[in-house]
Order: sequence, then C-alpha cells, then structure tokens
Amino acid sequence: MGQKRKHVMAVASAGGHWVQLSRLAPAWAGCEVTYVTTDPGLEAEVREAAEAAGEPQPRFRTVIEANRWQKLRLLRMVLQLAAILVWHRPDVVVTTGAAPGVIALRLAALMRTRTVWIDSIANAEKLSLSGRLAGNHADLWLTQWEHLAAPEGPDFRGSVV
Amino acid sequence: MIFVTVGTQLPFDRLIRAVDKWCAQSDLGGESFAQIGRAEAGTYRPEHISWAETIRPAEFQERVQAARVIVSHAGMGSIITAMRFGKPIVIVPRRAALGEHRNDHQLATVKWLGNRPGIYPVLDEAELPAQVQQILESGAAGGAVPAFAEDRLIETLRGFIHEG
Repeated sequence: MGQKRKHVMAVASAGGHWVQLSRLAPAWAGCEVTYVTTDPGLEAEVREAAEAAGEPQPRFRTVIEANRWQKLRLLRMVLQLAAILVWHRPDVVVTTGAAPGVIALRLAALMRTRTVWIDSIANAEKLSLSGRLAGNHADLWLTQWEHLAAPEGPDFRGSVV
Repeated sequence: MIFVTVGTQLPFDRLIRAVDKWCAQSDLGGESFAQIGRAEAGTYRPEHISWAETIRPAEFQERVQAARVIVSHAGMGSIITAMRFGKPIVIVPRRAALGEHRNDHQLATVKWLGNRPGIYPVLDEAELPAQVQQILESGAAGGAVPAFAEDRLIETLRGFIHEG
C-alpha cells in the first residue's frame, strides 16, 4: 500500500501481434500504462477500451513500421523506442512481438527494466525467430503452446484464446 | 456479405485471384469487399469485387462485424477478430514455397487451430467457393472467444508486474 503505481509499457506491431496484446489488458488494470505500436489508427481502439474498462486513459505512442530487412527503418525504430523508454521509464515492458517488441525488450533489458516476452500463438510448431532473439533476454518468457515449453524456457501459462 | 482479408503486410495473390474468379461467375462480388495488402508492381488487383490495399483498424472491425463470412489468410489477427465477433472464418494458409510468407507458420496455425469451432481451413483455393457456399447455406455460426485472454495467463502477468 502507498506504493507508486507500476508503469507498464505494452508493445506490439499492428495486426495479429497487437490483437493478442490487447487481449492481455486486464493484467495491467490499475497500472500506469503506455502502449506502443506501429499504426496511429489504433489509438481510437485504445481509448475506447480504457473507457469500457473504467480505466484512466493510457499513453499511446507509435513508432515507424519496419521488418528485419529494412535496416534504415529498423535503426529509426531503435532510436524512437529508446527515446520512449528513456523518457517514460516504465517498470515493466510487456510485448507479443514482432520487430518493435524485440527491440523494446532488448533496450529495456539494457536499462535493467523488467521484461516479458509472450510468443505469438501463430508459432504453434516452433518459436519465432524474434522469440529466440528476445526470449533469452526476457525476465518472463512465455509460449502459448504447452508442447513448446522447455526447461530452459519458454514457460507455458495459457494463451490469448 | 463476404469480407476477404490478407492481413496488414503482404499481398496474397493466390487467394485474391480465386475470390475474383469466383465473383466473376456469381453475384457475390457486389456485396463483398476485399482487403488485398500493399500492392506492388505485379500484385493482382481484382476486377469483380470492391477492394482496398489496407484499411484502418476500426474499419476492419466494422467489416468483420457486418460480414456473414470472413475469407482470410491464416493470420491470427483475422482469426481472433472473427472469433471475437462470432463470425465463421475460412482460412487459406500462406505457403513459403510459393513466396507467400517467410515460413510455413500459417500451415502450423491450420494444423493446431483449424479444428476449433467456426474456423474452416481450405488448403486448395479451388475449394473456396464450395466451402463458403456451404457456410452461407447452413447458416453456420462462428467460433466464440471471451473478450480477454485465459485467466491463468492474465494472472501470471499481473503477478509478474507487481512482484518486482
């Protein structure tokens, strides 16, 4: 009691990764929340969801879209995410991927911010490349498929559907 | 009536061609809509159905809600949204061998999620019309998922957030 509210930064690229992230929102109910994604068009959905849940309005930030072959765009994404992390200093970074999630998680790990990687449910037979790049650096590394859990990580604790 | 979607990133010509061919032979195109992905020089643009390259997230949700059937690549955004609104969804997995995606994770999605209620996998796009017709004629319902993830996953995350 009397502790400062936790600040959660929830990160996912637009599309399937975002749809999965937004299904986890009750986990950060009552926290200070900053969402980071790649499509400004998602802000309306974030605002509506907060209102429906009776939560205070979260912060909403966007970064440039990039995939793993677009090196210059990736560099811009790194700089944008670094700026957001340094400016807002979350206590925890939670991500479902893809590129902005990997980058935010690796930057957060460098800043000793606690991190969660939840591998996409689309990866039903093997972990994603981004999951393997990020999972080992995450404090909590989860897969959504029980048969992909392993002693050295990731763990299975249920799925988004 | 039918909302066709290929997700936010890559085009999926094999699916859009099959839909367009079918719309040319039926009157379905008039009431249907296709989201075809960011078109490049060689990308197929349909002639018998209204389409857009990308649509805003709010419009995506509206179109899912308004449709009777969703026809989609096997992407999780489309699948979860269709289930969320109780709409039957026919999924055609992208194949890496055909240059449709980086890898075959959409085949894995079909294998591991394709047996859930309301999800209708079609591996051969030639079978698309028959599958959609069958859903329309039977009035099949979609799947159903609650608004949020499984409780145990939410609780795991909540516990982690507050333990540090």
